[in-house]
Amino acid sequence: MPLSLTEIMQNTKINNTDINSDQTKTQFDEMYGTTDSNRLPYDGYNEWFKQQDPKSLKKKSNEAETIFRRSGITFSVHGKNEPTERLIPFDIVPRIISSKEWVALSRGLEQRVTAINSFIHDIYHGQEIIRAGVIPEELIIKNQAYLSKMIGVNPPGDVYTHIAGIDIIRTSENEFFVLEDNVRTPSGVSYMLENRETMMQMFPELFASVRVRSVSDYPKNLCRSLNAVAPPGCQGAPTIAVLTPGIYNSAYFEHAFLADHMGVELVEGSDLRVVNGKIAMRTILGFQTIDILYRRLDDDYLDPLNFNPDSMLGVPGLMDVYKAGNITIANAPGTGIADDKAIYSYMPEIVEFYTGTRPLLNNVPTYRCSETDTLAFVLDNLSDLVVKEVHGSGGYGMLVGPAASKRELSEFSKKLVNKPENYIAQPTLALSTVPILVKSGLAPRHVDLRPFVLMSDKIEITPGGLTRVALKENSLVVNSSQGGGTKDTWVLNE
Amino acid sequence: MLAKTANGLYWMSRYIERSENTARLLETGLRMALTRIEPSHDEWKSVVETAGVESAYIQMHEEYSAQNVIDFLLRDKSNPSSVMSAIDSARMNARLVRTAITRDVWESINESWLKLKDVLKRPVSDSQLPTILGIIRQQSALIRGSLHGTMLRNETYSFSRLGTFIERADNTARIIDVKYYVLLPSDSYIGSSLDNVQWESILRSVSAHRSYRWFYKADYIPTNIAEFLILNKSMPRSLAFCYDKLNENLNVIGRLHNDQNICQEHSCRILKMLDSHDATSIFTTGLHEFLTNFIDENINLGTKISEQYRFYQ
Repeated sequence: MPLSLTEIMQNTKINNTDINSDQTKTQFDEMYGTTDSNRLPYDGYNEWFKQQDPKSLKKKSNEAETIFRRSGITFSVHGKNEPTERLIPFDIVPRIISSKEWVALSRGLEQRVTAINSFIHDIYHGQEIIRAGVIPEELIIKNQAYLSKMIGVNPPGDVYTHIAGIDIIRTSENEFFVLEDNVRTPSGVSYMLENRETMMQMFPELFASVRVRSVSDYPKNLCRSLNAVAPPGCQGAPTIAVLTPGIYNSAYFEHAFLADHMGVELVEGSDLRVVNGKIAMRTILGFQTIDILYRRLDDDYLDPLNFNPDSMLGVPGLMDVYKAGNITIANAPGTGIADDKAIYSYMPEIVEFYTGTRPLLNNVPTYRCSETDTLAFVLDNLSDLVVKEVHGSGGYGMLVGPAASKRELSEFSKKLVNKPENYIAQPTLALSTVPILVKSGLAPRHVDLRPFVLMSDKIEITPGGLTRVALKENSLVVNSSQGGGTKDTWVLNE
Repeated sequence: MLAKTANGLYWMSRYIERSENTARLLETGLRMALTRIEPSHDEWKSVVETAGVESAYIQMHEEYSAQNVIDFLLRDKSNPSSVMSAIDSARMNARLVRTAITRDVWESINESWLKLKDVLKRPVSDSQLPTILGIIRQQSALIRGSLHGTMLRNETYSFSRLGTFIERADNTARIIDVKYYVLLPSDSYIGSSLDNVQWESILRSVSAHRSYRWFYKADYIPTNIAEFLILNKSMPRSLAFCYDKLNENLNVIGRLHNDQNICQEHSCRILKMLDSHDATSIFTTGLHEFLTNFIDENINLGTKISEQYRFYQ
């Protein structure tokens, strides 16, 4: 599925205090807080909600599903049989963020993404952060996501992370944590846009009474942002194209959606080749130069001559054109190093190192098992922790301590002792909840948030993002591949 | 426009046209089977032949029973011309060119696909067949309506039109060709009532039995029927009509470039050839020879389009 996030499989039960001494013990609901009266941001919505007939809301909810199915907003699931297409369930109760909360969040996001971009530049150039002893050298050099072919390469405008999706969780009124930095090819933005479209289509009167900041400029902003970092070799108005692995990719809908909304071509590797030192696409009238490639393809597949030689999805010679300054690739190759989980644990230090200020957004406390003392601590507290593989994603190879059997715990201990550098551990956090519509009315469910950050000559953050919600009671798994759904995310106007 | 997009639009339309044509063939087959005095599988056999899928059919089935043919032409995934395969391919191509078609067009194709997937989930009995064929016809009308009503008239639309008319010309030519020698084995049949039913079935399979009457105000006469389906430019499924449209759309695309327009030259030649004939001269040449030649030339045009506009390389 497109939202390839790591699972948030922490258990709801709050565990040992020595691990999470400063953690809120009670469940924080974003509509009701910890009390029965609703929180301020939800006033307008609740006013409207009280006047609604539950039956008609249920009907609207089914209507939403029809809208999504008809427009083909699906993701592909590849099983043993032929690929099938599934809908991501959509809940009609919005997740609402006050303008004050948003200002604080966006400051933190801006700071974090700026630091990440500087970090990536640094590790492919002077490596000051290693020399300053903030990050161990082998963590970078030996990292699979570190592309030696990017050393000394200067991307146009020095921008690496043109599009970032930063996953945020909330645990109380004032506590937000970054769970993951997605700076390779973050997905989900089409759901952010379509969710809003659907809500406006179904509840126009609601948007007349509650003032919600618009998200619809995202494609336009993305276009502008990419145009601002055209390569030095570009003459005239730059041509943008979106590179997709093809119609069988799980996120193909989103790739087509973005190309469509930006008014640019959606290309596959087979449409592209190097012509006179530039990347060109095969049109009905011959080859036409592309200046900016928004790729939704992993580094490894980009260029069979420079990376994985078996890739049929990329363009032979793309990296050479890139190095010659004749194309912008967004995001730049090699950014994956910054969403590595071992690097994540250093993110507070990285932010401070490059911005000279304290991080505005917290990391989830992360224990690096590569450090001997920490390993001992993790082994002692294994049943309370979530342990993740450093390079893993999609929830593979991870252990959820509170949910694991004794046997699973002891087997995982062995793995940890054998290869400690392969793992990190985190406490289980109580994610905030937002109500969803169920048969009996409203019921709280856990959520996370992925805001989308655009970076070029300036940083732009679309107010809102993608809210993913665990549809099962008490579940902390928001992944759509495991029954999670989405909500429209509202940021209120002042 | 990306060559891949042109290719996708072309095939999207070919498959939409094909699903409708296959459904219409089945409708004819059903009608023939119902109006027969003696039970016979000949009609179902000719339906399979007309669809041009005889060899694939023989591999799957031993006899031409109604049930087998209906299933093969409606649902069989191994048959690329079955309604389900065609709508599957049409949707896959529409997905490929999602950025070139309007939301209305995409949604109408997607909805048709969802609808047909649902009604063709299980084998269709003879008694359900009319209802299901009705649904198929309705769905293709919806798709055609959204294409017609929402697409900008530029090269995008023209590539999709090329697909429609290449497919349709091929289909009409095959229908006449198959019926010609299957249905007229000897002179003794001519003028008989059986013969009338046969000729009417040809007109029905291109939805032209009513318009024939409007135009000729007379009984079915083989030369009239041939003239109507081959040369009449006001009859939307005739070969001449298809080539008029192909010409028109190749013109639109040709305006984009200064290169020699190989495709247009080719389609002009075919149109001139059609214009130079009347029914009598076609029968003198030999209808079968005439049609075989036309089918080949039509395939050639398809190849030339894919080459000139770099569909594959």
